[in-house]
Amino acid sequence: MNTPIADPEQPMAGGGRGEAARDARARPGDEAVQTKGWLGANKWLLARRASQLGILALFLVGPWFGWWIVKGNLSSSLTLGVLPLTDPFLLAQSFAAGVVPYREALIGGGIVLAFYLLLGGRLYCSWVCPVNLVTDAAAWLRRRLGLRGGRAPDARGRYWLLAFVLGAAAVTGTLAWEWVNPVSMLHRGLIFGFGLAWGIVGGVFLYDLLIATRGWCGHLCPMGAFYGLLNRAALLRVSAGRRAACNDCMDCFVVCPEPQVIRPALKAAGQEHPLILNPDCTTCGRCVDVCSKNVFRITTRFDRSES
Amino acid sequence: MSDNQTMRAGVATNPPRRLFLREMAGVAGGACLASLGVGLYVKQASALPATALRPPGALAEAEFLAACVRCGLCVRDCPYDTLKLAELGDAVATGTPYFTAHEVPCEMCEDIPCVAACPTGALDRGLDDIEDARMGLAVLIDQETCLNFLGLRCDVCYRVCPVIDRAISLELVHNPRSDRHAMLLPTVHSDHCTGCGKCERACVLPGEAAIKVLPVKLAQGSRAEHYRRGWEEKEAAGGSLIGEQVELPVRGLEGRAYGDTRVRPDAPVPASPAVPGGLDSGWRP
Repeated sequence: MNTPIADPEQPMAGGGRGEAARDARARPGDEAVQTKGWLGANKWLLARRASQLGILALFLVGPWFGWWIVKGNLSSSLTLGVLPLTDPFLLAQSFAAGVVPYREALIGGGIVLAFYLLLGGRLYCSWVCPVNLVTDAAAWLRRRLGLRGGRAPDARGRYWLLAFVLGAAAVTGTLAWEWVNPVSMLHRGLIFGFGLAWGIVGGVFLYDLLIATRGWCGHLCPMGAFYGLLNRAALLRVSAGRRAACNDCMDCFVVCPEPQVIRPALKAAGQEHPLILNPDCTTCGRCVDVCSKNVFRITTRFDRSES
Repeated sequence: MSDNQTMRAGVATNPPRRLFLREMAGVAGGACLASLGVGLYVKQASALPATALRPPGALAEAEFLAACVRCGLCVRDCPYDTLKLAELGDAVATGTPYFTAHEVPCEMCEDIPCVAACPTGALDRGLDDIEDARMGLAVLIDQETCLNFLGLRCDVCYRVCPVIDRAISLELVHNPRSDRHAMLLPTVHSDHCTGCGKCERACVLPGEAAIKVLPVKLAQGSRAEHYRRGWEEKEAAGGSLIGEQVELPVRGLEGRAYGDTRVRPDAPVPASPAVPGGLDSGWRP
């Protein structure tokens, strides 16, 4: 996991190219914009933002305009009065706390669980989770300001934290993590009112901006760890199918929220096929966007073709 | 010495393992510390303030906090905007539903939509009659400012009670201040009070209400089970358990009614005090 090449913080080449390299790191994807056009170089990002904001809008048009399409929030919701959806991470905490909820919650949790198990758990992180907007903004600003340094905790920390979150639920007999969970807090805050939750969301932003690159989503968030566990059989995967065309510009490493996942597929390190099967990959598709050589594509886990 | 050397050699030949163990210890320690912090915070923040009432059918607070996923579906289906989700900084566990009787009381919908909406059972669907709800218990907490205790006929808390005459009744007692009037004291009966809070909301006092809905635990003392209540035992048995009592004569008071303890039956009524008041001011019809 700690592959040296995957770290975009390291200087890339000798001193002469330092300036240009810094600029390239600050604005990854510029080359792709020139070759593919702005729209072509941002289409997955735009699709992802549309998905994130669209889901949020579905929850918000109820309280704002009285159009009740979806009630509730991402923790548990009811769509059009018939479709229950419940966050399986919350149900896991509930079970740990010794509660077996009503059938609606179990059915809703089952639907969500099946969806993410099939298509890929961390799709939640990049296509649904509202905190992604916050941490993407922090990562963007960090690149633009050229901020260096700080220290990210080990990426395995999130799995430990997940274990401890479930342990804390079992010991305290309550959903302990939900007192501080920035993910559910941000979504609930947007829909039901914030209070001081801005502080926690702001803390995540500042942590990612100043202390650790992609620190929250990539290293700490136990919810991301939980959905990472559902990501092992993900149908949707990114493939470095045209890796022969790679010109080592490093843009994909710079934008990737989990840069350690790229190398095995792109450089055939420890595997033959060009599929990114590492469960940390969120299938955000940003690498597809920023690559001027069209190395990457989003495909299924069965598509091992190279072209 | 030789042991020490072997150990050193082992460490030197196996740095990845050492590194791994050190990293793991650091990560596990950090996660443990973080969750301990969260656990302590949760313990402190779990106390529900006395003015925050849970929706009808809510499980006991500890179980409620384990079952509620903070989705807000109960809030959405509350037709009177009574319920709200606690925000971070409110004294209530963040994201959980509650209401404040003094602001918006529960209207006690017959179909209890909030309970029907709850997907997890934090609001128990065993509650099918809203009059069985026990969200709290009304307490006439300030007898010094309650207008009925001052001898007026306000009665507003009694009039607005959805379970009028059962949850709140007006108890007639003698007004010792004027000695010629009655007081009608609003009296709450825990057998029927649902804790909806309409009495607290309606209290006419300008700021704080004289009648407040409190958590049942705060409002009620524990029943003294070790004391037998003679009148209840008597009713249950259909008659006195110890048979008819013989009334023994008291020497010097023979021929008097039972309980008449005046030493001289022809003693004059005591002179009226200079300032009328007390139990008997001397006024006669």
